[in-house]
Amino acid sequence: MELMVAIFVGVLTGTGIYLTLRARTFDLVLGLTLLSYAVNLLIFVMGRLTVGRPPILDGSHASTLANYADPLPQALVLTAIVISFAMTALLLVIALVTRAETGSDHVDGEEPQAREERR
Amino acid sequence: MNWQHWIIVPVVLPLIAGAACLLVERRAAGVARALSIGTTFVLLAVALYLASIAASGTVHPYLLGNWRAPFGIALALDRLSALMLVLTAVVAIASVLYARGGGARGAHDAQGLHYHALFQFQLMGLNGAFLTADLFNLFVFFEVLLIASYGLLLHGGGAARLKAAIHYVGFNLAGSALFLVAVALLYGITGTLNMADLSQRVATLGPDQASLVRAAALLLIVVFGVKAALLPLYFWLPDTYRAAPAPVAALFAIMTKVGVYCVARVTTLIFGGDAGVATDVAYPWLPWLAIGTLALAALGTLAAVRLRTLVAYLVIASAGTLLLAIGLGSAATLSAALFYLVNSTLVAAALFLLVDSIASGRGESDDAMTPAPLAYRAAYGTLFFLFALEAAGLPPMGGFIGKALLLQASADQPLMVATWSALLVSGLGMMIAVARAGSTVFWKAADANRMQVAAARPAYTERLAIGWLTFAMLLVVLNAGPMTRYAEATAAQLLDRRAYVGAVLGAQPVPPAWTPREGMKKP
Repeated sequence: MELMVAIFVGVLTGTGIYLTLRARTFDLVLGLTLLSYAVNLLIFVMGRLTVGRPPILDGSHASTLANYADPLPQALVLTAIVISFAMTALLLVIALVTRAETGSDHVDGEEPQAREERR
Repeated sequence: MNWQHWIIVPVVLPLIAGAACLLVERRAAGVARALSIGTTFVLLAVALYLASIAASGTVHPYLLGNWRAPFGIALALDRLSALMLVLTAVVAIASVLYARGGGARGAHDAQGLHYHALFQFQLMGLNGAFLTADLFNLFVFFEVLLIASYGLLLHGGGAARLKAAIHYVGFNLAGSALFLVAVALLYGITGTLNMADLSQRVATLGPDQASLVRAAALLLIVVFGVKAALLPLYFWLPDTYRAAPAPVAALFAIMTKVGVYCVARVTTLIFGGDAGVATDVAYPWLPWLAIGTLALAALGTLAAVRLRTLVAYLVIASAGTLLLAIGLGSAATLSAALFYLVNSTLVAAALFLLVDSIASGRGESDDAMTPAPLAYRAAYGTLFFLFALEAAGLPPMGGFIGKALLLQASADQPLMVATWSALLVSGLGMMIAVARAGSTVFWKAADANRMQVAAARPAYTERLAIGWLTFAMLLVVLNAGPMTRYAEATAAQLLDRRAYVGAVLGAQPVPPAWTPREGMKKP
């Protein structure tokens, strides 16, 4: 299962970086979103993958990670999701306003051709 | 006044004030503004009080939620945090006063909604980042200060700001993702995020985890390098700072120092001299990158054709100098860095405000480095001269003392030749750049006619803001002796990580005044 999650993280990061490097605001937003998914998965995995084990100590087993799930990465992931969600929403708004204001969805606020002609 | 909750006040107070500003700003903008200004002054008082506590030399932990570290989130106040809190408050006062003015174009804070709320949230994020002793909590405070800074950068709108904002926000979001990767890796390796606990556990890691922990450490340095404007991660800064409204740019002067602060904190506390497999992980990468930053920033100041761009590159140069000093990592270079940090922050903020004041009186020319009729030439010229001396590191200002201390401290370092040449040559470059800017803008310009003078008259709060920063700078120079001793004590405290670890991990929760189960049993 580790391998599967690792591949997911890798693919998400790769696509995220590719999209982030494209010079359009919508691609940038998508890329950063995928990147944040990859990061969330990574944080989650860092608590080790466990199936069917409780996160709360009940005293019936020795309190080690072999018997319990680590609840902290889940709390971290929740925080990270909320923050990246809010940031993505903000970036979308900025991208929309920039599109309306400059008439271009290029991340530099103008088409590369327009910039060439200006020179 | 033995109230233990003082440490959390710099975080909670701006939060409450910001929320209150949101409630009242539509009905009574004046009340929101007064509240914001008042809060900032109270913050300075609290920061000074905390500095007086921290000056004793002990680390004061504060357990949020009353959980023992490392299980709960802990804050910790030491000399460095206290220094940064005071510096933040001093810059914030200038910024918030200046925002009230704004000359012919109307007050800066009235060009859109939520200025003071965002300003207070930004202060909350800054103070929290300086106080926290938990890596994930540091990430959260980073996001708080970033999201507030996005709003502040866009305040007033306009295509230039939007363009800068896309770059700035996108870059910082990618930076945040890297921060989380680093945090997750460190948690995966050590099972803790408390900085004191991390410091202990990283030191005991086996060689099989060396590469992973070193990768995580360097990722953290990269993230802080984004904030601090380290080569090659500074390209967002000149456009962003130039586009931001002047009071916001002044406040941003402290924001690059957050990155510097974090580098200083983690390279001393977690990845310092005796950190096992991660010992001195940032050396010699950090000094060399800082030297590169310094060189390019000096070239940037020479190439600048606008005053705001010039100041932005001076900010990058100061970040380069600071990271160089921190990267060298000895007690003497650290204390020189801390002394220089205070000066460079104050002067960067002051220059942004001064340049905006000058530009608003020059009409079409704005901040371009061309001769244009200028009102209050003598006053502006004198102030610019003073700030330029400070920024380029010439006597008698504090920037000179900081650089001299750094040169002296790096004399016995292996990188001494590179350090000295970088500092001296970049200093020369910056000196030429500010001298050229000053002679073009002040000497070649004609005096403005009477109408222009009347139109360019800065509001009294603007004069007050610039005067306040000038006063702070002079205060630092006149008290250079005590300041240097404080910086030395701070550096010594930073390098003595056992005291920090002991204080944070040894902090005892407060016994509960009322336990729910016991309380409910009683009728």
